Amino acid sequence: MENSNSIANEKIIQDLLPQKFGKSGKIWTGILVAFCLVGLFAYYRQLRYGLIVTSMRDYVSWGIYISNFVFFVAISLVGSLITAVFRLADVHWSTPLTRIAEIIAVAAIIFASLIIIVDMGSPERFYNLFIHGRLQSPIIWDVIVITTYFFISILLLYFPLLPDIQILLRFKEKSGKRLHKFYGFIGSFWKGTPEQFKLSEKAINILCITIIPVAFSIHTVTSWLFATTYRPGWDSTNFGAYFISGAFLVGAGGVVVAMYIFRKSYHLEKYITADHFEKMGRIVVLLALLYLYFNVNEYLVPAFKMKKSEEAHLNGLFTGEFAPLFWFAISVGMLIPIVILLFKKGRRPLPVFIAGIMVVVGAWFKRYLIVTPTLLHPFLPMTNVPDNYRHYFPSWEEWAIALGSLAGAMLVITILSRIFPIIPIQETITEQHENAE
Amino acid sequence: MKQENNSRREFLLTGLAAAGLAVGCSSKKNAFEAGAEEGVIASGKKVKLLSVDGEVIEVDEAFLKPVPTQVAVSNIEARKGIAGKKFVMVIDLSRCKNLRKCQDACDHMHSLSPDQNWIKVDSMDDAEHTAPYWQPTTCMHCDEPPCVKVCPVDATFKRQDGIVLIDSDRCIGCRFCMAACPYSTRVFNWGAPQIAPEIAAQPYSCESSVPQKKGTVGKCDFCPDMARKGELPHCVSACPNGTFFFGDLNEDTVSNGAETFRFSELIKDKAGYRLMEDLGTKPSVYYLPPVNRNFPYESGIDNDTKEKK
Repeated sequence: MENSNSIANEKIIQDLLPQKFGKSGKIWTGILVAFCLVGLFAYYRQLRYGLIVTSMRDYVSWGIYISNFVFFVAISLVGSLITAVFRLADVHWSTPLTRIAEIIAVAAIIFASLIIIVDMGSPERFYNLFIHGRLQSPIIWDVIVITTYFFISILLLYFPLLPDIQILLRFKEKSGKRLHKFYGFIGSFWKGTPEQFKLSEKAINILCITIIPVAFSIHTVTSWLFATTYRPGWDSTNFGAYFISGAFLVGAGGVVVAMYIFRKSYHLEKYITADHFEKMGRIVVLLALLYLYFNVNEYLVPAFKMKKSEEAHLNGLFTGEFAPLFWFAISVGMLIPIVILLFKKGRRPLPVFIAGIMVVVGAWFKRYLIVTPTLLHPFLPMTNVPDNYRHYFPSWEEWAIALGSLAGAMLVITILSRIFPIIPIQETITEQHENAE
Repeated sequence: MKQENNSRREFLLTGLAAAGLAVGCSSKKNAFEAGAEEGVIASGKKVKLLSVDGEVIEVDEAFLKPVPTQVAVSNIEARKGIAGKKFVMVIDLSRCKNLRKCQDACDHMHSLSPDQNWIKVDSMDDAEHTAPYWQPTTCMHCDEPPCVKVCPVDATFKRQDGIVLIDSDRCIGCRFCMAACPYSTRVFNWGAPQIAPEIAAQPYSCESSVPQKKGTVGKCDFCPDMARKGELPHCVSACPNGTFFFGDLNEDTVSNGAETFRFSELIKDKAGYRLMEDLGTKPSVYYLPPVNRNFPYESGIDNDTKEKK
């Protein structure tokens, strides 16, 4: 019995150890690095000439940088959902997905912070936020909660990683000298004693409890950046809940996409099973229905009244300038995935993957539609300004930086999955034991 | 563009000449000698100037030198404001014909980039069967300013005299205030401001709002530097039709330079109102409705088609 167990364990370890990039892995990383470099060049131009290189002007003063920021904050919420909520609810099937979710959360929150600095007109004065910060501004709330969420997410990635690092340290030849040194640096103190396990368990539990209110805060506060203004389309008491439901949806969508890709590229079919897709499919459809419900609230109630200030904005979305994008985001981001995932056949890995991609793409454009159209409908007419102030289409620099940040987040995910086991090894072994017993 | 530069230079020259002369007179030397000491070669072009004694004197143009505008008050003083004052503006819509002299004066005196305006003249047409009218808008200097509430670094602030200002040395350029302002009054310096180098080199003061800086927000400042001198804002004195009135709520008077009214009576008699009262922002700018107009609406249309630049 003992013997067969250890053989099974070795098999799991061999399956789940981080693998060197294959050819496609190298190409993928190369493409991401290229996107990042183009983005960096565009940002260099922006630093040099100012935000004039963007298409933002006095009326549309927030463009795709801010919608990208909201997107990143949204997708980062998944870490708290999959890891914390499921752990506290004692749901065990999600164990193989926890690290994927945490890695996505960390990558997204890093780039959320970066993109907000990119949007600043005078980023060299960033320190003013600390020496002159005023607690009454929602931006300061955002700085506080995003920083907190960032550290909690890092710790929630790190603590469950410690037993795995102990395993990784056994495979010096496989990981290479430098990586071995790195593993030793971050995890050599972990001996796997019962006290350490107890302490770690306790710490993870505390983190799981604290991360939930913090996660709710980051996205509620982000929604308040809009809802605390008077603008049509933003002036809504529904905004916090609306943003959080949307965040959970895009986060879950991101996880199913990542699950599918990791499963294919690392041949993890035994660990990330069709059953996981079935279950995640159910979660995504539930969250999509929830988000759809909030969308109905958000658009239909003001549309029923058609207040003067809202009228131009809503007409622009429903039938006007933004209608194609609006209906694209609603159907691709919610309706079609709901239809796919409601059927059992739609919850097989490939359809779930496709629905996940739709959710994520729809969500990105949805964020754009939340930010920009509102700004094109101010209360007073747009007068005495050059003609290009009345429209907005992002410049190449904005596209390059936005795509570069998305590529950057994926690069962080890729690198973390290269360094660390994408599926928790120790936890998988423990669970196998429990199941066997 | 070229035209504008010229007019700016002219303005500078007159201002500077006066400053230069004042220095010259106090040291009992004339400006010519003062210049000669520094080894400047006369250009031959003479400029006529009025000395402090009331004499008209001629000075060679080459001896006129830019003197940087002195920062009148410290940043701490500028953030406090003028004690005992509460500034208000009244805009009489029956007098506006969209001449935009206010705008020109404001742009010029604040050295704004060509595509920026702090004052805008909106063509308003409230509803289907109501009469159109011209509505100049400045910063409303709200008593409950939404922009100040959201500023994360206290770069925009409300002073005791009611003025809302921006400290361009502190602004981080997040543009939250622009999103928060329902009056769309704020503009952004998206690129480096297109201003003359000598103006860009001036020491910055948030009371003069000059020079504007790249990556920061700008807006109408109610010209507190003029108020300190006891003078009217540039838009008020530039309007040939006397549309703008400026004054102090504590003194209960407003003036357009030619006429002075008791503020409370003017608002009562002419049914003054503020924009978007329902938002609770409590603006310091009041409007008098466009009744018994001095000019038909149509007289402003020609001016509207010629965009700036």
